[in-house]
Amino acid sequence: MALLEVNNLSISFGGLRAVDNFNIQIEKGELYGLIGPNGAGKTTVFNLLTGVYKPNEGIIRLDGEDITRKSTIEINHAGIARTFQNIRLFKNMPVIDNVKVGLAERYKYSALEGMLHIGKYKKVEKEMDDEAMRLLKVFDLDGERDYLASNLPYGKQRKLEIARAMATGPKLLLLDEPAAGMNPNETKELMDTIALVRREFDMTILLIEHDMKLVSGICEKLTVLNFGRVLCQGETREVLSNPEVITAYLGE
Amino acid sequence: MNKITKNNLITYGIVIAAYIILEALMLTGNLSSHLKGLLVPMTYYAVIAVALNLCVGILGELSIGHCGFMCIGAFSSAFFSKAMENTLPTVPRFIIAFIIGIGVAALFGFLIGIPVLRLKGDYLAIVTLAFGEIIKNVINSFYIGIDSKGMHFTMKSAMDLEMEADGNVIVNGAMGITGTPHNANFTIGIVVLLISLFVVQNLINSRDGRAIMAIRDNYIAAEATGVNVTGYKMMAFTISAAIAGAAGVLFSHNITTLTASSQYFGYNASIMILVYVVLGGIGNIRGSVIAACVLYLLPELLRGLNTYRMLIYSIILIVMMIVNWSPGIIAWREKTFGKSGLLGLFGRKKEVA
Amino acid sequence: MSFLTYLINGLSLGSIYAIIALGYTMVYGIAKMLNFAHGDFIMVGCYIIFSVSAALSGNSVVGIIVAIVLCTLLGVTTEFVAYRPLRGAASPLAVLITAIGVSYLLENIALLIYGADIKSFSSVIKWEGFSFADGQLKIQGVTIVTIVVSVVILTVLQLFINKTKQGQAMLAASEDKGAAALMGINVNKTIALTFAIGSALAAVAGALLCSAYPSLSPYTGAMPGIKAFVAAVLGGIGSIPGAMIGGLVLGIVEILSKTYISSQLSDAIVFGILVVVLLVRPTGILGKKVQEKV
Repeated sequence: MALLEVNNLSISFGGLRAVDNFNIQIEKGELYGLIGPNGAGKTTVFNLLTGVYKPNEGIIRLDGEDITRKSTIEINHAGIARTFQNIRLFKNMPVIDNVKVGLAERYKYSALEGMLHIGKYKKVEKEMDDEAMRLLKVFDLDGERDYLASNLPYGKQRKLEIARAMATGPKLLLLDEPAAGMNPNETKELMDTIALVRREFDMTILLIEHDMKLVSGICEKLTVLNFGRVLCQGETREVLSNPEVITAYLGE
Repeated sequence: MNKITKNNLITYGIVIAAYIILEALMLTGNLSSHLKGLLVPMTYYAVIAVALNLCVGILGELSIGHCGFMCIGAFSSAFFSKAMENTLPTVPRFIIAFIIGIGVAALFGFLIGIPVLRLKGDYLAIVTLAFGEIIKNVINSFYIGIDSKGMHFTMKSAMDLEMEADGNVIVNGAMGITGTPHNANFTIGIVVLLISLFVVQNLINSRDGRAIMAIRDNYIAAEATGVNVTGYKMMAFTISAAIAGAAGVLFSHNITTLTASSQYFGYNASIMILVYVVLGGIGNIRGSVIAACVLYLLPELLRGLNTYRMLIYSIILIVMMIVNWSPGIIAWREKTFGKSGLLGLFGRKKEVA
Repeated sequence: MSFLTYLINGLSLGSIYAIIALGYTMVYGIAKMLNFAHGDFIMVGCYIIFSVSAALSGNSVVGIIVAIVLCTLLGVTTEFVAYRPLRGAASPLAVLITAIGVSYLLENIALLIYGADIKSFSSVIKWEGFSFADGQLKIQGVTIVTIVVSVVILTVLQLFINKTKQGQAMLAASEDKGAAALMGINVNKTIALTFAIGSALAAVAGALLCSAYPSLSPYTGAMPGIKAFVAAVLGGIGSIPGAMIGGLVLGIVEILSKTYISSQLSDAIVFGILVVVLLVRPTGILGKKVQEKV
C-alpha cells in the first residue's frame, strides 16, 4: 500500500478547474517531484493535500486513512507537514521556539501546569529542548538557537522551516519550491539537506520545484502538471525525456 | 538559571521593591493622602495593562473593549459583596468576590471570544469596542434588588422591582452599586498584580504560550504545524478577560459608588490602557506594568501636566508607533545602528542578533 | 403619524451616517486601514464652522467652505505624516493604533482650545421646513437638506469613481496596489486623494450633524464616527452604495430603538447589529469576499 494515495482529486474556482482529476501514489521512502509550468496548479495540490482547500471531488488517503475533508490541523496530526513557497516562519520568536511549536503535539503537559510551571512542566520542557536541539543540529542551526527567526539569513530560514515541519513528526513532508530565490551554491546545500532529511529520518518527501537541476538531481519520480491536469507521471529520467513535457515547458 | 527565569524574577523584583518603598513612605508618614488614594488604582491599571498586553502583544489581536471585562468583574463581584455584606465575614467574602469577578469575566471573555475571534485585525478591534459599549449600556439598564422573597430583576426602573418594604436595591440602573465594602488595599492590589504577572509570564514560556505567539506571527503556518488556532486564541482571550476581571474586583472594592460610566469603562478608558501597553512596549509585559504605573501617577502628581497629559500621550503614541513599526524607519535604523540597535527605553523586546 | 416622524428623523440621521460612512468605506477600500480618527475630522469641521461663523457674525456659508478646505488639508496631512510611513508595516495593528493616537490628539487639541464645555451650535440651515396635517407631521428643513445632500454626494461620487480617470485609478488601487503601480498609477497620490475626499465629506457631515443635533464638544465626532463605521461594515466595506444603505438602515434602527425600546439600550442595539453582520455575513450587504492566499 502506498503511503499517499490520491484519486480523482478536483477543485474549481468559479468555473476554472484549477486541479482536474489529479492522481498520485507515493510509496514510503520515496522522493517525489511535482513539476509544471507556472499556474499549473502545483501549489493548489499542496493546499488540497493539507486541507487549506476542500476538494470538489476525489479522495486523499495517507497510510490508508481517509483525510480528504479533514482540517489543516487534523491533517498535520495525521502526518503531513509542509513548508511554504513564501517562507512562513514565526518571525518574532527564537529559532528554538519555532521548532518547539512543532514539537508541542508530541510533548504535552496541561495548561495549568504551563501557567504555574508545576508538575510535568520542567521535565517535559527539558525533553523538548533536547529534541529541538537534536533537530537544529541536523540542520546546522544549533548555533543560532536564540536568534529571532526573522534575523536568520534566507537559506537558514528555509532550513528552519523544514526543521519545524520535521518537528511535528510527519510521515510525509511537502516542500513547496524549497530552492526559490536561492543562488546555485545555496541550492546545492539545500539538496544536501533534503538528502540528509531523507536519510536521517527515513522520510517520504513530495516537493514542488522549478529548478530542473535540483529535480533531476534528487527526485526519483515525477508528476508533471499542466493546466491542472496530469501530463505525465513516472521515473524522473523517462518523464524528462517525454516530448510532451518538453513542449509544455519550452513551448512549440 | 536561564535568561527567561532571570528576566521574570527581575519583573517581580521591581514590583516588590516599589511596594516596599511605597509602604515604607506610608508608614513613616511621607505619603500625602492624595497619593495614598492613587495606589490601589495604580495596581489595577497595571493589572489590566498586563491583561491587555496578553491580548495585543502575545495573541496579536487588538482589543479596544477590555474595560468591558473590567466592568463585568467589578459589577459581578460588587454585587456579591453587597448582597453578602451582613452574611459572610470579610476575608472569605472578599476571596469569593475575587473568584466570582474573575470567573464571570472569564465566562464573558469566552462567550464573546467565540464570535470575536473568528474575525481578524481591524474588524476584531471594532467588534471588541462594540462589545465593550454593549456591556456598559446593558449594565446601565439593570435593576436588581433583594428582599425577603428573594431576588428581583428588571430593566425598566427601580420601582418596577416591586419589592417588599424590607427590600434592598443593589444594582440601581445607571446609578450603579453604592456602598460596596472597601476591602481592597495596596497590599492586596500588589498581590493580584504579582499573581497576574506570574501567570502571564509563565504562560508565555510554556507550550501553550508558544502556540499563541505562533498564531500571532503566522496563523497559516501555525495551522500547518498542527496548532489548534481557535482553541489557543480562545484560551488567551479568556485568560486576558479573567485578569481584566480581577482588576475590576479591585476597582469596585475601592470605590463608594460604582457606575458603568464611560469615564471608567467606555472605549476611551480602554484606549488609555492601550496607551500604557504601547508605551510600555507591545509584547513586553514588564514594560506594561512600568508604563501603567508611571503614566498613571505622573499626571496625578504634576498637576500642571494634567492639562497636557492626553495631548502628550497621543503624540508619544503616534511617534512610538511610527518609529517602531514603519518599514522605512526600521530599514534606516538597521543600516545605521545594526539590527538590534535603538529600541528605546521600553521598545519591543528582541533577542540578540 | 408619530411613527412617520420618527422614520423621517431616522432617515435624516442615517443620511449623516451615510456621508461619514462614505469616507470610511473609501479609505478602507483603498488604503485597507480603519481611519479611527475619521469621526474626529467631523468634530474639527464643526469647530471650524463654529469659529468662522462667530467671527463673521453668523455667516455659516463661508464657515462651511473654510471647514471643507481645512478638513481636506487635515486629512491629507494626517495620511502623509502618520499613516503613510506605516504602509507595509509588519503588523496591521500598527496603523490602527496610530489612527487611535491621531483621534486622541485631535480631541485633546480641541479640548485645549475650546475646553470641555458643550458649545451650542447654531444650525447652518435656517429654513423651517414643511408642516403637514395641521402641524401633526413636521419635516424640518435640516432633515430635507441632509437627505438631499447625501443623495447628491452619492450620485457625484458614483459618477466620479466610474467615469473619471482618477476614479478608475482608485478602483484599481483598491483591487491590487502592486498591479496598479505597475500600470502607471501613482498609488500614493491616489490614496491621498481618497483621504482628501473622505475628509471633505467629514466636514460636510459635521455641518449637517451639528445642525440637527446642535451641541458641540471635543467628543462630538467620536460616537457618530464609530457608528458610521458600523454602517460601512453593514453595507459592505469598500462599496459606495453599500455605505449609503448601511447608513440609512443604521439611522432608522437607532431612532426607532431609542423611541420604542430604550434610549439606554439603543447604542447596544446598533453595536449588536455590527456583531451579527460580521458573524453572519462579514462582507456586509454589498461587499465582496477576499481570502488570504496561501
